[in-house]
Amino acid sequence: MRHIISVLLENESGALARLVGLFAQRGYNIDSLNVAATEDPTLSRLTLVTHGNDQVIEQISKQLHKLIEVVKVSDISEAAHIERELMLVKVKASGNQREEVKRCADIFRGQIIDVTPATYTIQLVGTSDKLDAFIQALGTTPIMEVVRSGASGIARGEKTLAL
Amino acid sequence: MTSQTQPDDKSADSTRATEMLSGAAMVIRALADEGVEYLYGYPGGAVLHIYDALFQQNKVKHVLVRHEQAATHMADAYARASGKAGVVLVTSGPGATNAVTGIATAYMDSIPMVVLTGQVMSHLIGGDAFQETDMLGISRPICKHNMSVRRPEDIPYLIKKAFHIAQTGRPGPVVLDIPKDMTMPNQTFAYHYPAEISLRSYQPKQQGHSGQIKKAVTALLAAKKPILYAGGGVIMGGASNELTELAKLLNLPVTNTLMGLGAYPADDKQFVGMLGMHGSYEANQTMHHADVILAVGARFDDRVTNNTKKFCPDATIIHIDIDPASISKTINTHIPIVGLVQPVLTDMLALLKQKKKKLDSAALELWWQQIEQWRTVHGGRYDTTAALLKPQYVIEQVSKITKGEAYVCSDVGQHQMFAAQYYKFNKPNRWINSGGLGTMGFGLPAAMGVKLNYPDADVVCVTGEGSIQMNIQELSTCKQYGLGVKIINLNNGYLGMVKQWQDMNYESRYASSYMDSLPDFVKLAEAYGHVGIRVTTPEELQPALERAFALKDRLVFLDIHIDPKEHVYPMQVPGGAMNDMFLSKTERT
Ligand SMILES: Cc1ncc(C[n+]2csc(CCOP(=O)(O)OP(=O)(O)O)c2C)c(N)n1
Ligand SMILES: [Mg+2]
Repeated sequence: MRHIISVLLENESGALARLVGLFAQRGYNIDSLNVAATEDPTLSRLTLVTHGNDQVIEQISKQLHKLIEVVKVSDISEAAHIERELMLVKVKASGNQREEVKRCADIFRGQIIDVTPATYTIQLVGTSDKLDAFIQALGTTPIMEVVRSGASGIARGEKTLAL
Repeated sequence: MTSQTQPDDKSADSTRATEMLSGAAMVIRALADEGVEYLYGYPGGAVLHIYDALFQQNKVKHVLVRHEQAATHMADAYARASGKAGVVLVTSGPGATNAVTGIATAYMDSIPMVVLTGQVMSHLIGGDAFQETDMLGISRPICKHNMSVRRPEDIPYLIKKAFHIAQTGRPGPVVLDIPKDMTMPNQTFAYHYPAEISLRSYQPKQQGHSGQIKKAVTALLAAKKPILYAGGGVIMGGASNELTELAKLLNLPVTNTLMGLGAYPADDKQFVGMLGMHGSYEANQTMHHADVILAVGARFDDRVTNNTKKFCPDATIIHIDIDPASISKTINTHIPIVGLVQPVLTDMLALLKQKKKKLDSAALELWWQQIEQWRTVHGGRYDTTAALLKPQYVIEQVSKITKGEAYVCSDVGQHQMFAAQYYKFNKPNRWINSGGLGTMGFGLPAAMGVKLNYPDADVVCVTGEGSIQMNIQELSTCKQYGLGVKIINLNNGYLGMVKQWQDMNYESRYASSYMDSLPDFVKLAEAYGHVGIRVTTPEELQPALERAFALKDRLVFLDIHIDPKEHVYPMQVPGGAMNDMFLSKTERT
């Protein structure tokens, strides 16, 4: 099963390497990972997408807790949550393909953020599934480049992962 | 420098003028303030400022080993015997990499240790400078935590933090990397050693959850076939007395893991022996048939459980451990209790005494009858009539002559298992071995670390002719510091444990498991300035042991030639249950 794990981490050098090392060392999967400082510059917020059975996910969360710099860990996919990922796609778009791509981007509420006579660069935000679906929908349009941020997530309602 | 001022008085800090110390002096002063008596290490370019600061004081004493690995094992063994973190100082590059095996050894057995590694100047880091290695990168997966010094004034705090992390929660080694420019003798900074520190991201649990403890007590009281399975956590957690009291109160059979030997006294009738791969027949049978297992500070290691799918099919498992990640890692736990074993056991005892209930005595009686029957099945474990010296017999005699009270520091191999099986450990912290990593070469430096700190105690190194040669150079350190360790070299002329596996699984094809051109260990010991005694027959053993232990202050190297064909039994059948065992070369369960 796919899980989205949120981690609040001391914003210290070496902390991220330790966390990533843990996954490599113990053979856990990382499907995506993103990290940046929070409003409090001494803390980083990290969102990690992984998959595994219940036992593996339980171990992941326990092992993360054991890292000295980890302040808090939460599997936000266990309860109601919002997930967003940013994707930038550069596609070949000329002739009547231009209209086609634009329409597709509109349907997915994407924005065209850069244009040349032969290309479009589209920005899309949504769940990772939605971004996958957009790539599918592009069909035969030649894709030149895809950049994805990996998912970020936050719990719905009043629940927070903070100090 | 003002290092002559009174070092110990922390309370007077505010009134006294702030002391100004160099980074190097702060390293040593912080260790002194932490109460460190010995520092084990080896000098080199990156730590020369620190060595110079060491030279200029006399609170912290330095022990110069002959190889950095030995420094780590000495510190580690001190920690195992005392419960306090041992401290190591090595230089950058090769000094640090030589310490790696010792750090990993301590990590696998959850032993508190603080390792100070020199590093090249900060501005050279990342440029492949002379003797630069990324020690933070190398040690990351084999230590509890590692850090580096960025500003000299942080040194006291970082050293305090290192001890705090090493010694609390589930203990482990902490590495502190110190670039040379952090220790410049001509730059001084205000020194203040924090009495305590608290980290928002690291708050290990102490007490167990009272609801879980209640559940555990209820489950235990309902047991008809209980067993208490105690591991190294009981030793490091200082909970031997509570464990013993609990076992006595409820008349429970007790088994100890390889790491837990001594947690419960071996001479007591409720002790069924060590469990696991080379555990006793009765311990493995009792485990397998138990209906309630109370696991205390043990981690269901693969050398204990055998095939996890066949592990103890009828058992309700109660697991007390400081590390939540150890719970349900390999074997599913029914009643987990996260906390320090000592307070958790104390709470359980209080609850049991208050309830005034005992287990069903008729059922327990039947269970004990069954256990006694298992005890007789596999009573005689080795041939006591053989003409060749048997390793088991040697250990029994060592156990007798030291009354089960010696510190026994072991290397890795068959001799280790014989020592674990046949030495009667009646006290905790006396059995010192590399259980998790299985590091050959651990034994001698470990014995040295213990002897240095407990000079009046009998300290034995049980080893083999293979293992001893992995750190034999330390005989020189022993001479320098007058360490009267007794070395019991169970010399079978083979890498015996490897040979045993080759006998059992590879039709006795001894691929590189025998040792050609062994040295004359007696002459070798003498060359280093020690006493060497060779023993080749059973008759020679007793007088040799008596002579060795009578020479209180001398290192005696007993080179004991034993039956090269002996195997360690019982041995669990691979892929089987706890109680599937080979009992000898011809019998199995
Ligand atoms: C550093 C290291 N290398 C290799 C091994 C694998 N190993 C385990 S036991 C053993 C043989 C040990 O031989 P010896 O010290 O003579 O003890 P014996 O088994 O003969 O009693 C070996 C090679 C190890 N545990 N540690
Ligand atoms: Mg041998």
